[in-house]
Amino acid sequence: MKALSIRNLKKTYQGGLEALKGINLDVEQGDFFALLGPNGAGKSTTIGIISSLVTKSSGKVEILGVDIDENHSLAKKKLGVVGQEVNFNQFEKVGDIIRNQAGYYGLSFKEARESTKYYMKKLDIWDKRDEQARKLSGGMKRRVMVAKALVNRPELLILDEPTAGVDIELRRSLWDFLTEINNSGTSIILTTHYLEEAERLCRNIAIIDNGDIVENTSMQELLTRLEVETFVFDLAEPVNQVPVMTNYDLTLEDPKKISITIKKGQGLNNVFTLLTDSGIKIASMRNETGRLEELFLGLVEPTIKK
Amino acid sequence: MDITEKFRALFTILRKEIQRFLRIWMQTLIPPAIMIMLYFVIFGTLIGSRIGKMGGFDYMQFMVPGLIMMSVISNSYSNVVSSFFGQKFARSIEELLITPLPNYIILVGWVLGGVARGLIVGAIVALVSLLFYKLEVVNWPLAITVVFLTSVLFSLAGFLNALFAESFDDISIVPTFILQPLIYLGGVFYSINLLPPFWKTISLANPILYMVNSFRHAILGVSDLSSLGISIYFAVGMILFFIALLSSVSLWLLHTGKGIRS
Repeated sequence: MKALSIRNLKKTYQGGLEALKGINLDVEQGDFFALLGPNGAGKSTTIGIISSLVTKSSGKVEILGVDIDENHSLAKKKLGVVGQEVNFNQFEKVGDIIRNQAGYYGLSFKEARESTKYYMKKLDIWDKRDEQARKLSGGMKRRVMVAKALVNRPELLILDEPTAGVDIELRRSLWDFLTEINNSGTSIILTTHYLEEAERLCRNIAIIDNGDIVENTSMQELLTRLEVETFVFDLAEPVNQVPVMTNYDLTLEDPKKISITIKKGQGLNNVFTLLTDSGIKIASMRNETGRLEELFLGLVEPTIKK
Repeated sequence: MDITEKFRALFTILRKEIQRFLRIWMQTLIPPAIMIMLYFVIFGTLIGSRIGKMGGFDYMQFMVPGLIMMSVISNSYSNVVSSFFGQKFARSIEELLITPLPNYIILVGWVLGGVARGLIVGAIVALVSLLFYKLEVVNWPLAITVVFLTSVLFSLAGFLNALFAESFDDISIVPTFILQPLIYLGGVFYSINLLPPFWKTISLANPILYMVNSFRHAILGVSDLSSLGISIYFAVGMILFFIALLSSVSLWLLHTGKGIRS
């Protein structure tokens, strides 16, 4: 059984904007899946349709084998959604917001209270339970959103850019928490603009562009298609020029920085040897751009690919 | 969702709605009490004594049922329209739309929230009126039925307004330009028998007239309905008809996603 199955899903908004042109998508149960795409590609429309915030024009959506049209109630019970923007009443107490969400799913008062406490503690917001939500920081509000989406213990969790605008520490702690949730059996679909996030967390990936799925494969398979990578060497001492090397394009970015772009299969040993023989001391080396970022740009911007 | 889960979800919405208007009690519960007190002082004590009898009763006695109904109507309406539109505006309505809740639970939850505020404010106004006049109720079951159904009807109307509203201006247009004139011309302050025949006939098209007079009939035992030859059952039936109509329209709009889904 698939965690999510989408068939020929189309959405045309009033005014004629064709946001989805008949996409097909499968997400396996237990998967950590990335749905990527540039702004306006159709990611949020897809999530909106799955979560009933957007009415589809045509097509079929199944959540854990349950058609959202045929058994809306059961399908929605299996789903938790973390929206892109804060969408709770900020004048309510944090604990009430999460407990009410449990109530909307029909959990008993006791179940709702226990589940609320469990996830608030897990996300380190339990001590904020009696505070008005508007007094929380942006990062704390994000945690409230995640706790709210999990309080009914969904089998499929969808997160629409959950770490947008949050600091690195919170981002890392959310990553760890999501990995833990996924390891416990919850299927997760993630949209993000941080490609490092997708590369680090997700096993499978779909890229949506202009209302179509342009790529749907495993993260590993996608990364093996990488044709070029750019590395940067930070130098221990400044240099005036870089040695010339056949088949390698070395560029002096500044007196203490050399960059090199290599093709797939090309090793770096020769480069290290040449730089060492030339008396250049390398202090550190790093990948200039995220590997996935290069692929992503290649897929959604054909002109760059060419 | 089974019936127990639906009941829990409904209770959650209702509890949240009651907590909302209790949290802002200075805006929701106190102003009607002060406004009614001023009505009693100005129109009842100061001017009322010069007006004399209205519909066979002291003016203040005549006015009490109308003022209670006026409070119930405006508070039921404004509770639902401001709460539901506020949730739409802040997008917190998404909290509900992503859940398995059927549309009718959402509708009933908000309507009961409006009814709760309408009835609490109605009770406050009735208590305040006791300071000025000894209120005696001729027909309690009818009084409770009429005030409850009226509150349901105007909660539904507020819900519809909120569904259509796209800005905060839109939620004040209907109360200001339609609801208030209908209330003031609906026999709260006068008997329509005082009106010239033409305006009397026009007034019969005002649904609030029937509600105010049904309630007055329950409290005082007589109202304009008797003199117009209109049965109390007809008046209550009309309220029920409009409840059925507005419920159906609301459910249809929720089904189509009007104002809440893209």
